[in-house]
Amino acid sequence: MTARPAANARLLLHIDWTACDGRGLCTEILPELLGRDEWGYPIAPGHGSDVPVPDRLAPAAEEAVALCPRLALSLRRRD
Amino acid sequence: MSPVTQAVRPTVAAPAGTARLTSGRAPGFGSHLADFGPIPSLVAEGLLEELRASGLEGRGGAAFPAWRKIEAARARGRSRGRRAVVVGNAAEGEPLSSKDLTLLRMAPHLVIDGLLGVATTLDAGSIHLYGPESALPAVARALAERPDARAIDLRPSAETFVSGEASAVVSALAGRRPVPQDRTVRLTEAGLNGRPTLVHNVETLAQIALIARFGAAWFRSVGTATDPGTRLVTVSGDVASPGVLEIAGGTRIGDLLGFAGADTAALSAVLVGGYHGAWVPAAGFSANLAREQLAPFGAAVGAGILMALDARRCPLTLASSIAGYLAGETAGQCGPCVNGLPAMAEVLHRLARGDRNAGLPAEVRRLAELVTGRGSCHHPDGTARFVLSTLTVFAEDVAAHLGGRCAKDHS
Amino acid sequence: MNEALWALGRGTGVVALALFTVSVLLGILTRSGRPLLGLPRFSVALVHRNVSILATVFIAIHLLTLLGDSFAQLRVIDFFVPFLGAVKPVWLGLGTVAVDLLVAVMVTSLLRRYVGRRVFRAVHWLTYAMWPFALAHSIGNGTDASQSWFIAFAAACSAAVIAAVGWRLTRGFVEYQGIRQAAAPDRPVRARRNP
Ligand code: HEM
Ligand code: SF4
Ligand code: SF4
Repeated sequence: MTARPAANARLLLHIDWTACDGRGLCTEILPELLGRDEWGYPIAPGHGSDVPVPDRLAPAAEEAVALCPRLALSLRRRD
Repeated sequence: MSPVTQAVRPTVAAPAGTARLTSGRAPGFGSHLADFGPIPSLVAEGLLEELRASGLEGRGGAAFPAWRKIEAARARGRSRGRRAVVVGNAAEGEPLSSKDLTLLRMAPHLVIDGLLGVATTLDAGSIHLYGPESALPAVARALAERPDARAIDLRPSAETFVSGEASAVVSALAGRRPVPQDRTVRLTEAGLNGRPTLVHNVETLAQIALIARFGAAWFRSVGTATDPGTRLVTVSGDVASPGVLEIAGGTRIGDLLGFAGADTAALSAVLVGGYHGAWVPAAGFSANLAREQLAPFGAAVGAGILMALDARRCPLTLASSIAGYLAGETAGQCGPCVNGLPAMAEVLHRLARGDRNAGLPAEVRRLAELVTGRGSCHHPDGTARFVLSTLTVFAEDVAAHLGGRCAKDHS
Repeated sequence: MNEALWALGRGTGVVALALFTVSVLLGILTRSGRPLLGLPRFSVALVHRNVSILATVFIAIHLLTLLGDSFAQLRVIDFFVPFLGAVKPVWLGLGTVAVDLLVAVMVTSLLRRYVGRRVFRAVHWLTYAMWPFALAHSIGNGTDASQSWFIAFAAACSAAVIAAVGWRLTRGFVEYQGIRQAAAPDRPVRARRNP
């Protein structure tokens, strides 16, 4: 959680808060990107619902998308 | 900017002065036609060009250029061959606002004209008007008066704070709960049933109806370069005559409060932009409502809401009850909003009630930062903005509370 | 040959029941959002999925081998339409229902992205029906049902599932539940309250 994600990242990890139940799978898979707030929901310091993903973390982000039990995550190209 | 006024040939003289939307003598259709003349049949490009030249921005709160949303929905509809949905939005979940209700009662035909004009421009497949139960009889009466409005589907809105948020409106129209949806594409790309959907505030539509008639140059002849035309505002709080006013864009805050009968010397601040807005302290009353003048206070005119606060009243007590109300208005969908807003309101409440723990303001700030940006709508962001503005503008009152010496009225 | 198929059919059935039991336990654990003794949450979810896939493979073998078994007198239709069987039709039918549910659960789980969260969740609830059906079927149809090892096995599986479901129903089941607001996604629309 220390490394600030690259500003030039081409991918955005989108969190659908209406679906997320704070199960914390994504925060385990992407510890560099996401922490958990005091209620267990994912948090990327400095970012809200769209978290820039550096290229080297893209595979992990895809895994998080696939494993989120609530289907709350999606990856988008930044436009 | 050179207005494209050739297309417009009004048959009735344009309203002069700042009474425009409110210049009609009666709400009926006959009076409407006599006062404003028939709506000219502008071709699509014509209306869009005129709107672009006018600089009209959405009057529901987000202040997005009105033409751009229409253009986006039109481009999408064309490229996908799907007919657009047009929605007039009068759901004022904000308890401090009543301008849309007032407009629908005073000039429903301007709203209908705008709705129909935009629908024609988009070749819309369906047209809806979404508003509070209390406004519907007036609108229904107006719709019955004119043959061209049969296609407009009138829908009652829910009376919740977030019910007017555009994606919540679309949810409601689709028969689901009127709560915001997660969005990764704009509604103008895929909204109701996947169709390009344009949701415009009813005041925006009424302004469009006037611009279609009298042109962009006329629109800009009142107001300032960055806040052109007139706007409806709702003034409430500690003023002698609260209510809805039509004012020139860029009116100075002090003047505006004066119109509502306020003794500005007796006020400590005014909340601008509603419960999701920010405070402008008395020292800033010379600022006007244009974006660049409100920006230093973190405020924006939004849906035109001002609430004056008497200097004798405790701002923290008021802010705490507003924050509590906002926390209760979470739509209950997003973890950080559901948990964060009540937590933030609770800490503010402790501060207001006289808990002298010096860490409280920092805790409010931390929670405000924690929830910002972490919801599917802007409810957490707006609530955090309001709370942070309270701590900043009323720093002296915060200090007085921590020191146990706030002598203001806590009722 | 028939003997061998029969043994394989029984063996795969028993193993599948064990795997289903593990799958239900891990599913409930996934739902709770808790890790398992050093196994992180995403691994719990992955193992839950993989065990389910493995169980499905065992069920497939179970069906195919018993199709070749002359004693059971199975037809392909018995795999999908319950209660038509020639031998012990009711017990067999319970197994058929479990297979139908399994197919529905697996298809919607593997295609979660496409069917969406609502459908996935709704169909996934059926796993709580599927498991008892499978158990009842194994007791009713199984040749080993009266053997003490099988009774012990079935009792252990049942105890584990009952305990897990019991935990599922307690208040502190979901991690962080204690400190979260009682989120009420289906709260009725509130009346306006002005401060
Ligand atoms: C490819 C196969 C499967 C996948 C990907 C999968 C995935 C999941 C996921 C993501 C959850 C958590 C749901 C949530 O948190 O809302 C879950 C829960 C669960 N799964 Fe599965 N599952 C699969 C197959 C099965 C099978 C075959 C069974 C039955 C034996 C099963 C039994 C359960 C149970 C009992 C739960 C807990 C449900 C609850 O109480 O809410 N799953 N599964
Ligand atoms: S894995 Fe999904 S449900 Fe869990 S915290 Fe991440 S986004 Fe939320
Ligand atoms: S952020 Fe809050 S109000 Fe907005 S959709 Fe989520 S829960 Fe509802």
